[in-house]
Order: sequence, then structure tokens, then C-alpha cells
Amino acid sequence: MKFGVVVFPGSNCDYDTFHVLQNVMGQETVFLWHKEHDLQRVDCVVLPGGFSYGDYLRSGAIARFSPIMREVKKFAESGGLVLGICNGFQILLEAGLLPGAMLRNKNLKFLCQHVHIRIENNRTAFSQAGYKGQVLKIPIAHFDGNYYAPPDLLSELEKNKQIIFRYCDEKGKLSEEANVNGSAHSIAGLINRDGNVLGMMPHPERASEKILGSEDGQVIFRSMINYLEKKMGSGKKKAVRLVKPPVSPLPPLIGTF
Amino acid sequence: MKVRILVSLKESVLDPQGQTVRNALHTLGYNQVKDVRQGKVFEIELEGLGRAEAEKLIPEIADRVLANPIIEKFSWEIMET
Amino acid sequence: MIDEKILADHNLTREEYDLIVNLIGREPNLTELGIFSVMWSEHCGYKSSRVYLKRFPTRGKYLIQGPGENAGVMDIGGGLAVVFKIESHNHPSYIEPYQGAATGVGGILRDIFTMGARPVAVLDSLRFGPLDEPKNRAIMDGVVSGISGYGNSFGVPTVGGEVYFHDCYAQNPLVNVCCVGLAQKDKLFLARARGVGNAVIYVGARTGRDGIHGATMASAEFGEETEHKRPNVQVGDPFKEKLLLEACLEAMARDLIVGIQDMGAAGLTCSTTEMAAKAGTGMEINLDLVPQREAGMNPYEIMLSESQERMLIVAEPDKVDELKRIFSKWDLEAVVIGQVTDDERLKAYFHGQLVIDIPVKAVVDLCPAYRRPARTPAFQRKITRLRLPEMPSDLNQVFLQLLASPNISDKEWVFRQYDHMVQVNTMVLPGADAAVLRLKGLKKGLAMTLDGNSLYTFLNPRRGGQIAVAEACRNLSCAGATPIGVTNCLNFGNPEKPEIMWQFKQAVEGIAEACRRFEIPVTGGNVSFYNETEGKAIYPTPVLGIIGLVPDTSQVPAAGFRGAGDAIILLGENKEELGGSEYLRLVFSEEKGQPPVLNFDLEKRVQECCRQAIRSGLVRTAHDLSEGGLAVALAECSFKGPRRIGFEVKLNDQLRTDALLFGESQSRIILATRKENARKILALARKMKVKARIIGRTGGRNMVIWHRKKKVIDQPVDLGYRAWKNSIPDYFKIKKT
Repeated sequence: MKFGVVVFPGSNCDYDTFHVLQNVMGQETVFLWHKEHDLQRVDCVVLPGGFSYGDYLRSGAIARFSPIMREVKKFAESGGLVLGICNGFQILLEAGLLPGAMLRNKNLKFLCQHVHIRIENNRTAFSQAGYKGQVLKIPIAHFDGNYYAPPDLLSELEKNKQIIFRYCDEKGKLSEEANVNGSAHSIAGLINRDGNVLGMMPHPERASEKILGSEDGQVIFRSMINYLEKKMGSGKKKAVRLVKPPVSPLPPLIGTF
Repeated sequence: MKVRILVSLKESVLDPQGQTVRNALHTLGYNQVKDVRQGKVFEIELEGLGRAEAEKLIPEIADRVLANPIIEKFSWEIMET
Repeated sequence: MIDEKILADHNLTREEYDLIVNLIGREPNLTELGIFSVMWSEHCGYKSSRVYLKRFPTRGKYLIQGPGENAGVMDIGGGLAVVFKIESHNHPSYIEPYQGAATGVGGILRDIFTMGARPVAVLDSLRFGPLDEPKNRAIMDGVVSGISGYGNSFGVPTVGGEVYFHDCYAQNPLVNVCCVGLAQKDKLFLARARGVGNAVIYVGARTGRDGIHGATMASAEFGEETEHKRPNVQVGDPFKEKLLLEACLEAMARDLIVGIQDMGAAGLTCSTTEMAAKAGTGMEINLDLVPQREAGMNPYEIMLSESQERMLIVAEPDKVDELKRIFSKWDLEAVVIGQVTDDERLKAYFHGQLVIDIPVKAVVDLCPAYRRPARTPAFQRKITRLRLPEMPSDLNQVFLQLLASPNISDKEWVFRQYDHMVQVNTMVLPGADAAVLRLKGLKKGLAMTLDGNSLYTFLNPRRGGQIAVAEACRNLSCAGATPIGVTNCLNFGNPEKPEIMWQFKQAVEGIAEACRRFEIPVTGGNVSFYNETEGKAIYPTPVLGIIGLVPDTSQVPAAGFRGAGDAIILLGENKEELGGSEYLRLVFSEEKGQPPVLNFDLEKRVQECCRQAIRSGLVRTAHDLSEGGLAVALAECSFKGPRRIGFEVKLNDQLRTDALLFGESQSRIILATRKENARKILALARKMKVKARIIGRTGGRNMVIWHRKKKVIDQPVDLGYRAWKNSIPDYFKIKKT
């Protein structure tokens, strides 16, 4: 499968996400520069974490006006798979691809730590490799991850099973303490009505290698790969497997001018 | 033309920053302070626009970019022309 | 006319002024005087410290670049180099904690990527006054937010460091930031204005009036009116810095740059004169072309502004267009403001007039160096004499008290505000002895740590310096890493006082000796003098930043116990040493005695033994013993594992029980291993002539220590954990009304 990682000037998890998709998950992966209009025929777009355009106004507020986001919107509207991680989730909210908004964390501090999230719905392109109720250990790192939606929207999200991940404790129990940033209904990850756009605050790319303490994040990537492979027909997939590129400790040059 | 736009959280949205400020003021003995809401101020200089055009443009900018209508409300005033 | 008042405002003496006149052959104008004053300030010119810093060993096996550049560089093989440096931002952080700390991070990041390296980690050593004082809490809150706000947005993980509290820092907090970068060895860049006729290019943020005379401020003692010096503090823009990083690294990768220097302290002044002086060239610039944020700035302000996120680049004229295209790709300005000349002078024009014309060597290389008088403080004999107090009857209580001491307790409140995982390399999270980064695609990794005990250094500056080096190396050894290079930040009081100068000299000698014994070069660092407020100096605080190489990241042990039934092994010897301990300070308010003795040979053997044991793959847990001694180290192992787990330890040493439990004797490490492997580690230790013994095993819900058949500590792990965990957060609990 071909993944595209969008690069805004303030993205800082772009190479992290690229690294996991290409070097850990073995997928063809390209960078998509924010000033470009071309999605390079990718099968899936990932909006990585970071601070897109500095995020001085609101997290993700400016990114939605960028050229690449116009294309991502079209891609999403035509059913393309879009994953927004952290800042990527914030951008999806600001762009209206997902409903709701983000507030400051309830303790008014940036929070970087491992959290546990529970899979609420595994019948999606982003969670099918897991099981319902499965607890994943994945880190968060954000200042504005306190999900907000008005009550009627929340009940709609619940009714449509659009809440994919919730913050929980190690054993899968919900609690105020486990809901570290104060999100409404402990929401950690959310999908759109059509099921092709997911936003999540936790960083699966930071939990995809054993050496970093958790591989649970792979559940999300594996789900997407499985979904895409099924959708494209399984016959094609082996033929396009690439030679494994060498892994570099330093990122390559990104973007065009 | 100078315009001041004020963006703050809607009443229905919890404002922990405002609450923290209120608590701090109470700790300092300012018990008269009943409530605090925190917001953002934008001072914008406009050029080449009449008043009527400005009055149309300002809410558009505020609604489209400066505020997130899901959680925030805004008000504005023209400071000088 | 330059009068005494102007000289005093510029922190220059009459003798220094006469020297300037002599060097340039006439009276300087005010702008030129400003240039000399910042370049000859303590901060930039190292005039009180230079003669002593020469004692540091600066050669070593892995060394590529020693002191004198923006940062030190070590070769780590495979075509890769590590670039690292530490800097202080103490004074600005006191005046405006958030921006002071944030721009401290920004400054050190630029030092690293100026050399062609991508910053991969930040560590910081923070010292504040006690937390029961609201003002100290406000400073700490601001500093931590500032580091977090800048580093997180920029995208560099803040992976470790230390936080320490003491009265002496109440008016003089210390914020020392260390940055580590990774570069291709063949793509390193230096601050050289080579090539007459080459273009001098200004890139990054515009110049405003911020921070004018920050460098001289950092070199003056605080008085009451300093509280109002706020306009001097610069404001940081981490997003712009990120753009600057990407643009600079891209221009470097495309071979468009001849030389580059960041505009830190003393901004345009420092970058123009230093780049020219180091290359033996001159520079001619037009100040009207410098991008300005504010209207009506004069030459003095333009030259001395410390606006952040700016760089000066020297490039061949035919590369300028491509360079500009790269910077515009990253939405940054790049403006040619002048050219390299051959006359070894800095000439600057403003509104068509020549306003600066000075020889660069005079500014950069001829700053006077002082061998200031040094004298042992009168109090020194008194403070080193210690009559041991009677041992408290309830050692369990003392144990819990120590765990809750903010100097020992958990620092998660601090480091969870830092993004410590971005770049997906952080293997060992903050809170362990050393931070460890894997290098993607490689077996080896990097370990790094900051260390320094100012109470030891106060009691015995030389030994304090030695121990800082030894302990930093021990931290690295506990991660299985071999120390390879050193950077240091030396925080002291007013060097014009002989007692302070004595502390400085002694500490530097101690550090130098230790570095020689550990065979690691000092690659640079920073000296911060004048850490005094109203005549009261901080304790002498050298902070050592040491980098280590981990040959195989799969063997890095955990800092906590990994499971029940492991054998706990103690490497090294317990001695009756309580001088300078956290125990005496906390329980008896005694800051007295001699700090623990350090035997270099023993220390090196213990560390080597630890590393070899780790490399044999047998070690599950490794933790060094420091503040709080053996009992605290064991408790930390209990708390830091994947699951909290107790231990039972039996000791028979012929020592006072409190010294055994809480004494801080050096050269000791705790290892935990599966029971069946313990003998192999003991055999290894025997071979290396290191005293080692099994002192107990992990397991249970209690922390239990026996001394000569008497149970002296018995506490539930959970109870100790809560004391340790909640101590700092409790100070910051938001009071609900």
C-alpha cells in the first residue's frame, strides 16, 4: 500500500510516522508537502503530529487553509482513508472533517505520558486488527487534547459508534483519573460517519517498536493495511512490495521548492 | 481603520484558565471577584475599506479564522477610523 | 564623549577602555563601545575564567571538535557525529521565567544546528528555591512551561536532566540547558567567514529592540532594580526556529554554505566579528539592509539586539539565489547585507555613513584575561567540621521523609510537561540515571546525563567537581554506556570576590583531574558568573553534561526492578560517610562535613564492572547510588519498574545504621539479575577486583532492610511510593474555592 505523510512546516512527527510506516510496517511511504496540490496517488493520507503553522492561534487552525488540505478534503470526501494523529486530529476538527473541537487539557499543562486506551468499536478500517474492549498502551503528547462537543453531538457520536478509542486505566476501566486531559466521554479517538476519517490524540507511531516500550500502536496501522489490501484485492499486494530501503537515523530532505 | 476583536469561550464551555485565575484572585483575598472568563484580543488594522464594508468583513474574519464557532464566541468594535 | 557613567553602564573599567583606545587607535564611538562591551563581557569573553579553563583536557579518542566553536563534536562511527553543548540562562529566567527558559532552549538549539547537526535531545539542570515559597513555585512553573513550550513545538525531545531545590537559589535560579545533535560527519559546519568577496547573508527573524545588552546583564550582579529590567528579556518563537532549522540543514545538505553562526548573545556583533576573526578576514555590512521589526532603530540597537531565531551565513555569490529559494520555501527571509573583505576589520554603514570601523581580532581575541585573586573563604574550615548528631530512633520515618524530599522525590510533574518521546528514539524515559536514545537502523545508541552536587562543591569545591564527573560517568555506566565526551556549565558567584574565585579554581581543577582520569575530553561549555543577589552568592554549582556510547541498545537495563525473585547485588563498598548528605541536610539542617571520598581507580573499576556485566546480557536492573544513599536507591528501584515491587535486603557492615542506609559513599551501584546469574556477576567482579555481594532479593509488597539481624526499615512499597510520587505535585495543587 502507498501511504502519504503530510508535512506542514511545523510538523514534527512527520519523519516518526514515515519511519514506522516504511521501516516497521514495510509500506511504501511518501511525504506530501503542504504547498503541493498533488497527493501522488496514495492509498491513505496521514496527518502527523506537531505544530503545523506554529499553532499560535488555535491548534490546527491555519493548516486547514493550506493547498494540500484542499486535496485531502477531496480525497476524504471521495472515500479515501485519512488518519489524523494528535495535531492531525486537531486539523481534521478545524477543517470540519470530524465534528467537535479541542480545549486545553483540564490541568492546563502539556501532557506527555503513556496512557491506556480502549477499543470501543473494532469494526472500522482503523481498528479491525484489534478486538472490542482491547486495551492499548500508547503515549500522548499534547496541550490541547480535551475533546469537546455539545451534548446532542455527543449522543449522536455514541449512537453511531463513532467513538473508537476512550482513555481508560490499565484494566480497561474508565475513570476521571484515567481521562487525563478531561475529554468529553473520555474520547481519545473519533471516526466520521462514513468511517474513512479517524482522528486520535495518542501517537500510535510512538508505540510501534518493542525497543520503545510498546507495540500496541501497530494495531492501528495493521488495521489500515489489512483494510486497504482487502479493498484493493489481495492479488496485487505482493507484486508491489518494494526492496526495503536502508533505515537512516536522520530524516531526509522533505518538500519541494 | 483599527478594529478590536474579542474571542472567548462560550458560556456553555468550561473555562479552566478563567477558573484558575479566579481561584488565584480569591487566594489573594479578592473575594469580590465572582467569575473570570479568559479570552483573546486581536487588534487588526484594515486598509482601503469603508465602514459598511468593514462591518461585513470583520465578522467574516472572526467567524472563519479567529474563532472556532464550536467553542468560541466573538465580539468586535471599531476603535478608530 | 565617553564618560565614567557610560563605562559603568557598559560594565567596562577605565583600564579596559584605555586598552580599547589603544587597540583601535582612537576613541570608539558609542556603537563601537557597545560592541566591545558585549564581546568583552564575562559572558562572551570569559575574562575571569579563561586562564583556568585551559586546564581541561581537550584531546580524546573520539574528538572531532573541542572548545572554541558553537559546540563540541564527537565521532561515533559509521560516518556519524554527535554535537553537544550546555548553556546557562539563569538571569533571564529569574526576570521572566517563561521567556527566559524558552529562549535558553532556543539559543542552545541554534548552537547545535549551526554546526550542521539536527538536535535530537535536550536535557536541563534546574535549581530553584524551596517550593514552600510561592515565588519559587511561580519561577519553577514558568521555567518548566518555557522549556516545554519551546522544545515541544520545535520538536526536540527533552529527555532528562535534574531538578534541585535549595535556599541559595531562591533569588538566583539556575537554568542550564544541554542540547545533543546528530550530524553526518562530513557535513559539519564552522563559523568561518572564508572567501573574500563572499556574500554575508542575514536569515531568520527580523531585528527588534529586544534583549539589548543581555550579555552584559548576564555578567552583572543582581540588585533591587533588576526586578524591573524586563524589557531586556527576549521573546522566543519556536515555530520560526523550526523553520530556521529545516532551512539551514537543507542549505547545508545542498552545499550552499561556506560558514554559519547563530546570532545569540550580542547578536549581529558576535556573529560578524567572530566569523571574520576566525577566518582571518574582515566584513563589510550595510545596516540599512538588516531586516527590522521596529522603525527608527539606530546602529547601536541593530548591532546589539538579541532578537531570537536569527543566523548569519557566508556563501559564495553564485549560490545566493538558490539559498534564497530554500529560505523562501520555509517562509523565511534571507537578505544579503554585506560581503567578506580581506582587511580584518568590521565596517558597517548606516544611512550612507561609516559608523563602525574596528579590527575584528581586537574585539574577539584580545579581550583581557584576568588571573583574579583567589582566597580560601574564612568559613571553609568551620563548615567542613562535622560532629555527627545522634541517630534518630525512628529510621522508617527518616526513610519516608527522604523519599518525600523534593530533591529526591519523583520529578514526573516536570518531565511530563516535556515532549520526551518525539523523534521516536527515546528508549529510557526521564527519571532514570541516564537517558538513552536508539539510533534508527543501528545497533548502537547514545546515552546522556547531567550531574552536579552543589552542596558537595560548597563543602569541598575540588571534590565536588570530581564527584560531578564521576557520578555523571556512573550514570552512563548504569545504562551500559562508555563515556566519551564532556560539556560543562559552571555556575558561580561574583569572580571579583577572592572566595568565589577560589571556589571556581578548585572546582575547575577537580573537574579537569577527573576528566583526565576518566580519559574524556571537555569539548566546551559555559561559565556563568555573578550568580549573586544583594551580595549573597549561590553555592558553587558546576553541572557536568556527559555523553556516552551504548554498543548494543538491546542490552540497556531498566532503572527499576523488573520482577520478583531477582538477586540484588551491590557493587562497591559502604563507608561511614555522612558529610554533605541529603540526610543530614533534611533531618538535622546540617550542611557540614566533608563530602564522600572519591577514589578514581576504584570508581573506574566499579563502572567498568557494571558495563561489562550489562554487556554480558545478565543485568536486568542497574541504578547508581547518590543522594539519599543505599536505602533511597533501593526504593527508587522498587518504584521505577513496570510494576512496583518490594525487596528484602540484609546487611552486616560495621557502620552506624544511618550511615549505612543514607550515607552517600561514592563508587557504588545496585544491580539486579535473575538468581541463577548472580554468581556469574560476582565472578566477573572478583576478576575485576571490585567488591561485590548479594545483599538481598526483590519481591513482596514491603521494602525491608536488616542491619546486623535487626530489621531497620520495613515500609509498604505503596506508602513509600506515594510519599515519593506526590511530594512535588502537592505543592502545585490548585486550591479549589
